[in-house]
Amino acid sequence: MNMVADPREHLVVIGNGMAGMRTVEELLKLDNGRRFRITVFGAEPHVNYNRIMLSSVLAGDKAVDDIVINSREWYDENDITLVTGDAVTRIDRGDGTVTSASGHSVRYDRLLIATGSRPVAPPIPGLGLPGVCAFRDIADVDKMLAAAKVHKRAVVIGGGLLGLEAAWGLKQRGMSVALVHLMPTLMERQLDAAAGQMLQRDLDRRGIAFFTDGQTEEITGTERAEGVQLADGRFVPADLVVLAIGIRPNIELAKAAQLEVNRGIVVTDDMRTSDPAVFSVGECVEHRGNVFGLVAPIWDQAKVCAAQLAGDAEALFASKALATSLKITGVDVFSAGALMAADESDDEITLRDDSRGLYKKIVLRDGKLVGAVLYGDVGDGQWYLQLMRDKQDVSALRERLVFGRAFAETGSGKPAGTDFAAMPDDTQICGCNGVCKGVIVSAIQDKKLTSLSEVRAHTKASASCGQCTGQVEGLLAFAAGVDAKAVKKTMCDCTMASHDEVRAAIVADRLKTMDSVRHAFDWKKPEGCHKCRPALNYYLLCAWPDEYHDDAQSRFVNERVHANIQKDGTYSVIPRMWGGLTTPAELHAIASVAEKFNIPTVKVTGGQRIDLLGVRKDDLPGVWNELGKAGMVSGHAYAKGLRTVKTCVGSEWCRFGTQDSTGLGVKLEKMCWGSWTPHKVKFAVSGCPRNCAEATIKDLGVVCVEAGYDLLVGGNGGIDVRVTDPLVRVATEAEVLEYAGAFMQIYREEAHYLERTAPWIARVGIDYVKKRLVEDAEGRAALHARFLHSQRFAQIDPWTERVMGAQAHEFAALPEMAAG
Amino acid sequence: MMSANWKNIGPVANIPRRGARRLCLKSAGKPVAVFRTGDGDVFALIDECPHKQGPLSEGIVAGNTVTCPLHNWVIGLEDGEAVAPDNGSARTLSLRIVDGDIFIHLPELVAGDQV
Ligand SMILES: Cc1cc2nc3c(=O)[nH]c(=O)nc-3n(C[C@H](O)[C@H](O)[C@H](O)COP(=O)(O)OP(=O)(O)OC[C@H]3O[C@@H](n4cnc5c(N)ncnc54)[C@H](O)[C@@H]3O)c2cc1C
Ligand code: SF4
Ligand code: FES
Repeated sequence: MNMVADPREHLVVIGNGMAGMRTVEELLKLDNGRRFRITVFGAEPHVNYNRIMLSSVLAGDKAVDDIVINSREWYDENDITLVTGDAVTRIDRGDGTVTSASGHSVRYDRLLIATGSRPVAPPIPGLGLPGVCAFRDIADVDKMLAAAKVHKRAVVIGGGLLGLEAAWGLKQRGMSVALVHLMPTLMERQLDAAAGQMLQRDLDRRGIAFFTDGQTEEITGTERAEGVQLADGRFVPADLVVLAIGIRPNIELAKAAQLEVNRGIVVTDDMRTSDPAVFSVGECVEHRGNVFGLVAPIWDQAKVCAAQLAGDAEALFASKALATSLKITGVDVFSAGALMAADESDDEITLRDDSRGLYKKIVLRDGKLVGAVLYGDVGDGQWYLQLMRDKQDVSALRERLVFGRAFAETGSGKPAGTDFAAMPDDTQICGCNGVCKGVIVSAIQDKKLTSLSEVRAHTKASASCGQCTGQVEGLLAFAAGVDAKAVKKTMCDCTMASHDEVRAAIVADRLKTMDSVRHAFDWKKPEGCHKCRPALNYYLLCAWPDEYHDDAQSRFVNERVHANIQKDGTYSVIPRMWGGLTTPAELHAIASVAEKFNIPTVKVTGGQRIDLLGVRKDDLPGVWNELGKAGMVSGHAYAKGLRTVKTCVGSEWCRFGTQDSTGLGVKLEKMCWGSWTPHKVKFAVSGCPRNCAEATIKDLGVVCVEAGYDLLVGGNGGIDVRVTDPLVRVATEAEVLEYAGAFMQIYREEAHYLERTAPWIARVGIDYVKKRLVEDAEGRAALHARFLHSQRFAQIDPWTERVMGAQAHEFAALPEMAAG
Repeated sequence: MMSANWKNIGPVANIPRRGARRLCLKSAGKPVAVFRTGDGDVFALIDECPHKQGPLSEGIVAGNTVTCPLHNWVIGLEDGEAVAPDNGSARTLSLRIVDGDIFIHLPELVAGDQV
C-alpha cells in the first residue's frame, strides 16, 4: 500500500459496479469531490461495465468491449486505486479498516458499500450441475455463449425481464429455447394479464416455447444438466439451464459488521447506513422499506451520496415512480405504477387493437394518473411517467389520455411523428438517467455536439439501456440546426449524397459507370467501399440494363459465386422448381448429384424448393453441370432478386380452388426469374382465401377468388412479420402479370438498395404505390414494359454460364505449382 | 535466381483485379489470400479475419482494403490491420513479383504456423 502520508481523506468503495462507480463519477464532478483519495475493490476481474447491456452482448448486438463504462486509464487519470478480482471479506468498524480475500487491508475515513445483489438460488436439486448458470455478470454470459456454441437446447427458468432477455439472447445465438415460468402470465409484476399474454404470443411466434404455471422441481442430469422436471409432471429437456427468478441484495458484509440490515442495508435519505461514516448505494440498499432493481433510482442515489460525501447536507434521496421496459428488438413494452384499479373508485381505461398488436391501459385515481401499461407502441411512455411523477390533475384530458400525447394535447387524430419544436423542455427523454429535452438541447447547442456518442458523453442520455436512442438522434437533428445534414442518411461514409440523389443523377445525367458516379458526387474514396459498391452496381444495372456490365467484384460473395456460403465455408445449392413443381426426372437428377458429390444434407425449403447443403466450392460447377443436364437452372436462392413463387394446388386438384393457382405461379416465375432487385423478393399464389400458400406475408401475394385475383403487396415473414397491404382486385391472369411486372419495376427503380418491399412501402405509403400502379394505367403499362425490357438481358442462367467456364477463378484455389 | 525460400505461386494475371484468390499449400496449415487491387498491386495475407476467422479472400476489395464477408470488418492489405473502430490484425506475408509471377516467402508462412 501507499505508505507516503497523503493529506486527503480516504474513501474506500466496496463493489466496482454500476452504483459504486456512478457515485465516484458524480463525486469527481463536484468541486469539493477531489478532496478524497479513492480505493475501489471489485470482486469481478473486470473494469466497470454496463451490466444492463449484458443482454445485448448475449444477443450478439454488442461485444464486451463495447459495454465498458470506465477503462483502466480512466481510473489512473483520476488517481483511483482499483483492486479487481479481490472481494472484500471483512469490515472492521472499530479500527476503520476493510480486508479483502487476498489479505489486503486498508484504512478508510469514509466507506461506501455498493455490493449490488446476486441471483436468487432456491434449493432445487441439480442446481450445482455443470450447464446451470445465472444471468448477472460477464462470467455468466461467457458460460452461456460457450454453451450456445456446442449445445442446442436451453431452458430459462423465470419469465421476468431478465429471463425473457436471456431467452431472446440465446434464441439469437441459434439455440432452441424454452422458458419455464411459475405464474400464469409473463412479467406479472410489470404487466397485466392482457399485455403479458400479448408478449407471450409475440415471443411464441418468434420461436420461444413457454411453460407457464410451471413449478421447477428438479434439474435432472448426472454429468451435466439434461432437463428441467416440473412438479406437474412436465419435463423440458435442456443442455443449458439459466436461472433468472429474482435477485437478493448482498448484505452479508454489512450484517457481519453489525450495520442495520433488513432485506437490504438500511439507509436514510442521505444514503448513510446506521454508521454515519459508512454509506451505501445501489441494489444492496433498503430505503424506507424499498429495495431497487433498476438503474434510474440508483443514479439518483449516486448523486445524493456524492453530494453528501462532498459535504452537502441538503442532498436527499426520494423514490420516484419507475418505469420498466424490455430490451428485445421489435418487442415494445412499457410499464409504470399501478397495473390495475385497486378498488372501485379507481378508473381503468384500455385500448386494444389485436390486429396491430397494440394495447394500452391507464389507471386513474382521484383525477390523477397512477399507472400505465403499454404494449406495441410505447412512444408515450415517458410522457405518462412524467404525468405520474408530477401528480398532475388530468381530469380534463380523461377521454383522450389513452390515445397518447399528440391526440390528448392537440385533439388532432394524427399521432404525428415527434414534433421536437413543440415538445416542452421538461419532457423526459432518457428514463434511465432522468435526462429531459431541455438538458439535451442546451448541451448540443452550448457544446456544439454533433454525434450521438458526444451527446451520451455529455448528458448520459441514451447511455444506459439505449431505448431512447432514436429520440436522442431526433433531437440532435433538430437542435444541431444547420448541422442537421450531419445526420442525413448518406449512402455511406464515402459521400454526402443520399441514395435518392444518386439514383436521380444516374438517370438524369446519364451516368453509366461507377467511376462517373463517384466523380460526379466527389466520392471520398476513389474505389468506394463495401457499402456503396454493391449499391452502385445495382443502381447502374437497373438504370442501363442493356449497356451496363455487371461488376462481379462489387457483389457480395453469395452473388458472386451464385450459391449461399454456409457457416463452415461450404455452399448450398437450390435449383429452380417453377411454382414449386417438379418431375421424377428432376428428382432423379437431384438424387444422383447428391450421391455423386457426397452432399451431406438434402432439405425441402419453406419456399417449396430442394436445398442441397454442404457442397464444396470447387464442386459447384460440377453439381450445376449435372443439374443443368436435367434441365434445371439456378434458383437464385442467394440473390437479391426473385427467389421463389410458392403456390398451392388450386382448382386443378383442390375442391376449394377457384383458379389455377399453380399455373399462374409458374407464369409469374417464368416472367420474373433472373431479375436483380434491391433486396430478395418472394411471391406466392393461393387458390382461394384459405390461403395455403401464405400469400399474405410475401412481397407480392395473389389470392384467387371466384371473381378473379386479389393482389397483395409488401408482406414479410422473418423477425418483423408484416402482413401485406391489399393493392387491387383484377379479373384476368393477364392483368395479374402486368401488375406483377409493374410492381417489380417500381420497386426496382425506387427502393433503396437492401430495402425490402415491406420497409419500402412503409416508407412511401401504400397510397403512393396505388397511385402509381392502380390509378395510372399508362404508367403501369410503361413500368411493365421497362421490366420486360430489362429481363431480356437478365434471364441468362448463371449456372450454365459458369459451367461453360465464366469466372472460373472463383471456384478453384490457386494451383500449387511445382517447386520453384 | 530466387532462393528456395521463395515459392512461385503463378502469374499475377491469375488474380482478378479488385479481387482475391485463395492458396492452400500442403506445406502450411493455413490458407493464404492473395489480393490484387484496382491499381494492380498484389498483397498476401493469412486468409483469416482477425475478428472471427472469416475468409478474407471472399471479401470486397476497395483501394488497399478488403471488407470481410462475415461481419464487414475492413482490413488494410498493406499491414493487415483492421480499420478503426475495429481492432485486430491479420498476418501479412512478404511477396515479390518477378517477370509477372508472384513469389511468397515460405519461412514466414511456416514459422508463423508454429506459434
Ligand atoms: C442482464 C441484465 C439486464 C438488466 N437490464 C436492465 C434494464 O434494462 N434497465 C435497468 O434499469 N436495469 C437493468 N438491470 C439492472 C441493473 O444492471 C442493476 O440495477 C445495476 O447494475 C445495479 O447496480 P449495483 O452497483 O447496485 O450492482 P452491480 O452492478 O451488480 O455492482 C455490484 C458489484 O459489486 C461487486 N461485489 C459484490 N460484493 C463484493 C465484495 N464483497 N467485494 C467487492 N466487490 C463486491 C459485484 O461483483 C459487482 O460487480 C439489468 C441487470 C442485468 C443483470
Ligand atoms: S388455398 Fe384454397 S385452393 Fe389452394 S390448396 Fe388451400 S384451400 Fe385449396
Ligand atoms: S470474421 Fe471478419 S468481420 Fe467477423
